[in-house]
Amino acid sequence: MITRKWVAAGACGLLATLAVGLLPTTASAGEPVSKEPPKVELVLDVSGSMRATDIDGQSRMSAAKQAFNEVLDAVPGEVRLGIRTLGATYPGDDRNVGCKDTKALYPVGPLNRSEAKTAVATLAPTGWTPIGPALLGAADDLKGGDATRRIVLITDGEDTCAPLDPCEVARDIAAQGIHLTIDTLGLVPDAKTRDQLVCIAEATGGTYTSVQHKDELSGRVRQLVDRAAAPVVTPVAAQGAKECQSAPKLGAGLYSDRETFGEHRWYKVDVKPGQELRASVSLAADRAVNNDYGVMLRASTVHGREIVRGSEAGDGRTDLISTGLRYPKAVLDDADGDAETAPETVCLQVSNSFSAPASVKTTPGMPVELTIDLVDGPAHASDAAAFGLGRGWWLLGVLVLTGLVAGLVWGWISRWRISVWRTN
Amino acid sequence: MPAVRVLAAALLTGAALLAPAGAALAAGPSPKPGGSAAAPTEAGTAFRTATPVKLGQEATADASTGDYLYWSFPLDAGQRGTVRAKVALPPSASRHATSTWRIDVYDGLRRRQPCMYGVQAAPAPKESATLALSCTLRPVRTGADTWSDDPLPGTYYLRLTVVDLAQEDLGQPVRAQVQADAKDTGGAYAVDGALAAPLVPGITAARQTAAGTGPEDGWSGPWWSDRWIWTAAGGLLGGLAGIAGYRLTRGSGRTAPRA
Repeated sequence: MITRKWVAAGACGLLATLAVGLLPTTASAGEPVSKEPPKVELVLDVSGSMRATDIDGQSRMSAAKQAFNEVLDAVPGEVRLGIRTLGATYPGDDRNVGCKDTKALYPVGPLNRSEAKTAVATLAPTGWTPIGPALLGAADDLKGGDATRRIVLITDGEDTCAPLDPCEVARDIAAQGIHLTIDTLGLVPDAKTRDQLVCIAEATGGTYTSVQHKDELSGRVRQLVDRAAAPVVTPVAAQGAKECQSAPKLGAGLYSDRETFGEHRWYKVDVKPGQELRASVSLAADRAVNNDYGVMLRASTVHGREIVRGSEAGDGRTDLISTGLRYPKAVLDDADGDAETAPETVCLQVSNSFSAPASVKTTPGMPVELTIDLVDGPAHASDAAAFGLGRGWWLLGVLVLTGLVAGLVWGWISRWRISVWRTN
Repeated sequence: MPAVRVLAAALLTGAALLAPAGAALAAGPSPKPGGSAAAPTEAGTAFRTATPVKLGQEATADASTGDYLYWSFPLDAGQRGTVRAKVALPPSASRHATSTWRIDVYDGLRRRQPCMYGVQAAPAPKESATLALSCTLRPVRTGADTWSDDPLPGTYYLRLTVVDLAQEDLGQPVRAQVQADAKDTGGAYAVDGALAAPLVPGITAARQTAAGTGPEDGWSGPWWSDRWIWTAAGGLLGGLAGIAGYRLTRGSGRTAPRA
């Protein structure tokens, strides 16, 4: 790098006059990303099975309590934290009652650590495992505002309250477009619990962790709460249309939408001459999908002529598939007046080739994230090499040889001229 | 080759005098002060939350098997990036089968970038404790055809994940270590027609957080490449060769005084 800078410096000395007005663009930023404090709700399973003593010789419940105490001590100040329990109050056998047994133990808001700890200390393993209702309740607790939301679900068993499938509940919550992520932690989980928790996490873009030891639990929950506190840009909800004519017009920004299997969604963007459109799209596989999939982003004119496309295909386990495109709109030199500055409407089409087994529900669609940027267009390329400049030993050889030949000839001519002058 | 470049540069008259001004021009805006020197210890879980990493910095993250871990790093024109990842796997006693890990690199437009070489995906047998992956990208050009996915200056994303594993191995603790480095390829890939702005997502609204989005000394200007040095040095050498040739053939004619 030192050499490079030195060389750069040298060249600048020689070419300072050339370097006017071509300074690089800065990529710094100032705009606050999310003004509201992030909201997190810890959802803890207090069902009877939490009595089992298989986490480092302790019961699952006491391990969870200890972890909660550690986490409550370490919660970042700006996070609004709440705690919800499931299966904490009803010890009986009535399914209908047991499956409604979820309550907010500590409301989402500024955290009073000692109060929250006292509330956690009162918990004793009791009832059923109504995960679905608990998630609905938690989503309700986190409602309102534009904050980023996160639910951390800690459970040791699968939902015992069919037919309400917690995985579908999670996907429906995510589809409300409220930037909600559900992270799941399974305490010594069995295969069915694991599948259910993986499904819940996948449906909302969250993570799944299997906990076998006490320190893993507190470390992970703390990490997830910290993650909620990290600043992130939240997308704006958009709804693409079936064709370009009725498509919503988007400016530069980050957008979210939903698209089901085999569906096309259209958006419109105005691009002025001399501007470059940059669009990228990612489609999240938030449910079990077949092994091969793809996505295509196509820019076309309003008349349907394709301008440029980006496409990507893949196979195997994935969280998303993404692609992007660039479209620099040329400056029209020969156009007059309005036509010279009139923006062109570019239609963006997002399509996918995901498919799923028949058992998988196709609604709501898969989450789409669309980024649109409008920047100045690139410099016009007139040559393959930068500014038509040369490089390498062949270039030097040719130039030296040409110079030498020219010098020889010039020397010979002047010698001849002198001799002619002398003779005269 | 650096020596040659230095030599070529040394030939340029007046360079030393103007060097400070030149360096300021080449480096663009001065680096932002107060950039955290500590390497990141967390990873993002999506493009939007990707953790920015500086070139040469070793980022670490604790995660669960099955997480999709994202980092972002800047690559400038003329650089050839290499990303390396090391995964400390869960204890083999708690694993059930061979798992396959993979790194993918995406550019600022979220287009997947191919690896020129490196082990992009590798299986981790049940008994192994660590796994190393690497991916060397193509050299970054200043500009490219709209229709190509040639690497351009801007943000790059690295995604590390397990792509194939036994279901019962999901969610176990792993530790990942990644590092992105860049090698300077000089002006060999300097093409004409540079981007007006690097491929940094959200650059229009400058929505991204200030830290770690660009190279430490700013993005290089679109006009600079060492082709200027080569061409100028070639012109100079050509001129010198011309003078030498002239003196050779003109010879003693010069000694005759003009009476």
